[in-house]
Amino acid sequence: MRRIAISFWVVLIIAGLSACQTDSRQQLLATAESQVALRSMQSRVFDTTDRETTMRTAIATLQDLGFVIDKADAELGAVSATKLDRYMLRMTVTVRPRGQSQLLVRASAEYQEKEVVEPEPYQNFFVALEKAMFLTANQID
Amino acid sequence: MFARNRLLRPLSLPLIATLAACAVGTPKEALQLTEQSLAERQMQTRRFETADEGRILVAVVGLLQDLGFNLDESESRLGVVVASKTRDATEAKQVALAILAAAFGAYAPIDDRQKMRASVITRPVGANNQHVAVRVTFQRIVWDTSKTVSKAEALTDPDHYSTFFARLSEALFLEAHEI
Repeated sequence: MRRIAISFWVVLIIAGLSACQTDSRQQLLATAESQVALRSMQSRVFDTTDRETTMRTAIATLQDLGFVIDKADAELGAVSATKLDRYMLRMTVTVRPRGQSQLLVRASAEYQEKEVVEPEPYQNFFVALEKAMFLTANQID
Repeated sequence: MFARNRLLRPLSLPLIATLAACAVGTPKEALQLTEQSLAERQMQTRRFETADEGRILVAVVGLLQDLGFNLDESESRLGVVVASKTRDATEAKQVALAILAAAFGAYAPIDDRQKMRASVITRPVGANNQHVAVRVTFQRIVWDTSKTVSKAEALTDPDHYSTFFARLSEALFLEAHEI
């Protein structure tokens, strides 16, 4: 009886740990999800070519969402910000030209040392950005 | 029955901890605008009647220096200034509780150091961009005496913001208007 109980717990613990890693160095170039799916949920296209205004709007949106801006680079079109609310949520937003008449905005986030791979947080971010831009955020095909 | 209970008890806690460490999701409201977002924006923003964004940024950097902050990042093309300072975080109440705990033989870590960050963003506003809006946000991370993060939070005391803008207004010789 006792032996059965022990093996039951061992199996359960191993099952619990299977979500954990065996070599933490593998995190360096690891990617969650499929790259294509992730990139598409993180990206939206706006019908404007005004990169600076778009960046300033992205900064303002991040502030509205409770982030503190960490850094920004107009040349690269990149902004990073951190939200602390008992948790740590980091976000990087990049803005780059797409064709002659559009801009591509990509947001990537890290929640408590983990890449955010669910679509909802990104959807929420783009809903907020869209409102501030007065422009529709188009999904890329 | 007795044997099973003895096995169950010590194991269940670490097991739950193990599972919790390997699965965390982003809170739903983390990237959603709320009514509070608007109130916070108002508290953290002032409008100055000048079109000279550069002059405001220079004053902001000077003010942050006055307040003991060191500049971490800046991008004047986008109106971004980020600064921080590391300070003592010890509070009398916690020390008192720790002493009381020690009297009963227990060790209670207390807040020790804190890194405080200020991020100031300027932005041209108005019909012809004739004004500049300034928004400042503060946050801090606190480490306790066992070197563990005990607090990671936004600083939302309205007094901090009104004091900051009063000082900025003085430095600029310009009135700070609420938005």
